[in-house]
Amino acid sequence: MLGDSIHRPLSPLEVKLEANRCLNCYDAPCTHACPTHIDVPGFIGKIATGNLKGSARTILDANPLGASCARVCPTEQLCEGACVYNAAGDSPIRIGDLQRYAVDYAMDNDLALFEPGAPTGKHVAIVGGGPAGLSAARDLRRLGHAVTIFEAKDELGGLNTYGIVPFRLDLDTALWEAAQVIRLGVNVRTGTRVGVDVMAEELLGRYDALIVACGMGSVPTLNIPGEDLDGVWDALDLIERAKLGHELGDLGSRVAVIGAGNTAIDALTCSKRILPDARVTCYYRRGESQMSAYTFEYEFAKQEGIEFRFFCAPTRIVGANGRVSAIEFVRTSADATPIAGSEFTAAADTVVRAIGQGRLLGTLERLGVAHDGGVVRVDASLETTRPGIFAAGDCIFSKGSREAMVVEAAEQGKIAARSADAYVSGSHG
Amino acid sequence: MADLSSNLAGIKSPNPFWLASAPPTNSGYQVMRAFEAGWGGAVWKTLGTPIVNVTSRFAGLNYKQNRMVAMNNIELITDRPLEDNLREIAECKRAFPDRAIVVSLMEICDQHAWHELVKRVQEVDIDGFELNFGCPHGMNERGMGSAVGQHADLIAQVSEWAKEAARVPVIVKLTPNITDIRWAARAASQGGADAISLINTINSIIGVDLQSWNPIPHVDGKTSHGGYCGPAVKPIALNMVNDCARDPEVRIPISGIGGVETWQDAVEFLLLGAMNVQVCTAVMHHGFRIADDLVDGLSNYLDGRGLRSVSEIVGAAQDRITTWENLNLNYKIVARIDQNTCIRCNKCYIACEDAAHQCIDRVAQNGSAMLVVDEERCVGCNLCQMVCPVENCIDMVQIDTGLPPESWKERQQHQSS
Repeated sequence: MLGDSIHRPLSPLEVKLEANRCLNCYDAPCTHACPTHIDVPGFIGKIATGNLKGSARTILDANPLGASCARVCPTEQLCEGACVYNAAGDSPIRIGDLQRYAVDYAMDNDLALFEPGAPTGKHVAIVGGGPAGLSAARDLRRLGHAVTIFEAKDELGGLNTYGIVPFRLDLDTALWEAAQVIRLGVNVRTGTRVGVDVMAEELLGRYDALIVACGMGSVPTLNIPGEDLDGVWDALDLIERAKLGHELGDLGSRVAVIGAGNTAIDALTCSKRILPDARVTCYYRRGESQMSAYTFEYEFAKQEGIEFRFFCAPTRIVGANGRVSAIEFVRTSADATPIAGSEFTAAADTVVRAIGQGRLLGTLERLGVAHDGGVVRVDASLETTRPGIFAAGDCIFSKGSREAMVVEAAEQGKIAARSADAYVSGSHG
Repeated sequence: MADLSSNLAGIKSPNPFWLASAPPTNSGYQVMRAFEAGWGGAVWKTLGTPIVNVTSRFAGLNYKQNRMVAMNNIELITDRPLEDNLREIAECKRAFPDRAIVVSLMEICDQHAWHELVKRVQEVDIDGFELNFGCPHGMNERGMGSAVGQHADLIAQVSEWAKEAARVPVIVKLTPNITDIRWAARAASQGGADAISLINTINSIIGVDLQSWNPIPHVDGKTSHGGYCGPAVKPIALNMVNDCARDPEVRIPISGIGGVETWQDAVEFLLLGAMNVQVCTAVMHHGFRIADDLVDGLSNYLDGRGLRSVSEIVGAAQDRITTWENLNLNYKIVARIDQNTCIRCNKCYIACEDAAHQCIDRVAQNGSAMLVVDEERCVGCNLCQMVCPVENCIDMVQIDTGLPPESWKERQQHQSS
């Protein structure tokens, strides 16, 4: 159930037909649309000739997170959305599925596709072993720099490992992908928090450059009464415990998820798969068209049996015997303003907060990089306000700019690695 | 409805679609099924001195997702007793008297042997013979098949022997494994053949297995070259058929063979000079049922053009093929790209840039690049149109050069005078 992938893999015949259907465009729009600029016609052509190792290498060369991106990328907004077949009124090439096929080949055969570069004597520290940090580490190792990753969690992979539901991205894939980076000879210090287990001064003093890829923090509180009751969850905690197979306790039969972003969808569908008979409802203070979840995620959630309630904001979580029993809402207008007198109460046994993630202000303050409300300030090379310190991934993601996608984090990791390389090689700026 | 009936040197059939002498005409069971499916005629699999076959006989050439764009085979002539074949031929003719049954023959180069075989076979009611001077594998090593077809004197001599004994029309089937098909066709004509059929299969090796390094197909690790046929050989066959059709010394009707799978293929053969067509590979790929669309498609095509009979298109375009020196040097076409249907795949751009004359420009427009032909530089090679995946997106448009037609030959004459 929870581990049953929502993807139906392509059959060998489908792979052959689809790979050969690709027109092999020149200066292809799919490649432009990919944040990591994977040579899509190139890797598809290699699938068509049976060169699966070469295909996987083409993908992973451009995108060290190619395995997870094949599963979680919103391809209809990226490569597949740009496929020229759309303009012809035909269905686009199933690029994501083909990418998955090629990378799965590398994974199934545990192919080592890259080698570390000749040692440069330089050492770069990376704070955070999620997609951006892994991407940066991979490219820095290929350039020959020593790399040490400091990761607060016990495993690498960041949200890929902990924050995306297993039926979209399984644990094995996330960990394999991290292992491909580590096998290039990366020092890994997991369970290590900056400012607690390792001091910022040490990071700043001992290494030739530093890449901050610490991601974001936990889901903020709703700032309403009753949040301390049993049965109130941070969506990321819920997903993490479910994915790792940890005990979740009694979630009851009515789950209310507050928020309508990617993580909210994951929390909703995850809850429904754990409790198939439960009534799982999404509450969002704005409308359908303002949801930050992708259309395919919304459609998937509806198919899974999730109910959606728009234009309602929670005002109080009601408890009975120390545990959640209901949640009070007020209806909202088109601009999310509460409408007086429109209050209503919905029964709930579990309330899940999924209203975005907080910022790791403490870490950023300790490292002394300038930030805007927790969003690290960087230039085009992803250098922070402190020379030699670069940043990538969700910690530089600000609303209204680019999307917080794994594939964006992968690209930023590459850019940060390139910039750190230039810095330690003395060709910076 | 147009009259589809066909008459090749006196051999009549209700439509111009015959099965070629090959595995589909190996037995009465198969030929009966073919006639039930609507085939106009069948050339029985070659009769001759009994042989043995090897196993592992055919191999297909696949192109991307398309299977069997061509195939080859190392099967020999019939391996069934002559008496069985003759009995079944008679049964087929009795059941389908309106269809053409032609019997393919192969024999050593001996007058008496040929006379005996011809006489023996024509004891049953048949419509004609086809002399197999084309089979390029196995039998040629024994001095038959293409070993005959590669020597004009042998073609003429054996045709003559067959004609001496035959009471029905004799077709000579030619091998394409020669330098100029017209020499073989003229020899058949001189030997008294009533018609020629071409092409037989082309010497080929389909491929090598990348794991075992065995040839494909292989017989216990080895192979001999085979005979190549199917859709991919059609252009070679069209050229050879047309060469014979236009040759003033051949002057006998032609049965066209080589890659015919659809009624469109057949129309091309007929337009370039074939009287009818023979089909094998398409049946091996899809079965006898393809006769339905062959007949129906041809009929609708003729009706659509207001033509009353299939004979009206035979050779109708054959003289549009000429030598290069006669082509008009002042005819000019250029490519035009329809911006409304262009999907910006840039295939025309890169093909022109890397492999033609660098005359397509990418012009920035609303965030994408529009593809525009520089008509001054365009040489009208057609490559962009060939690679374009969108039907009718790239049009080759005639440009008035204001110059009168002039061929290379005429230009040479003008310059020397």
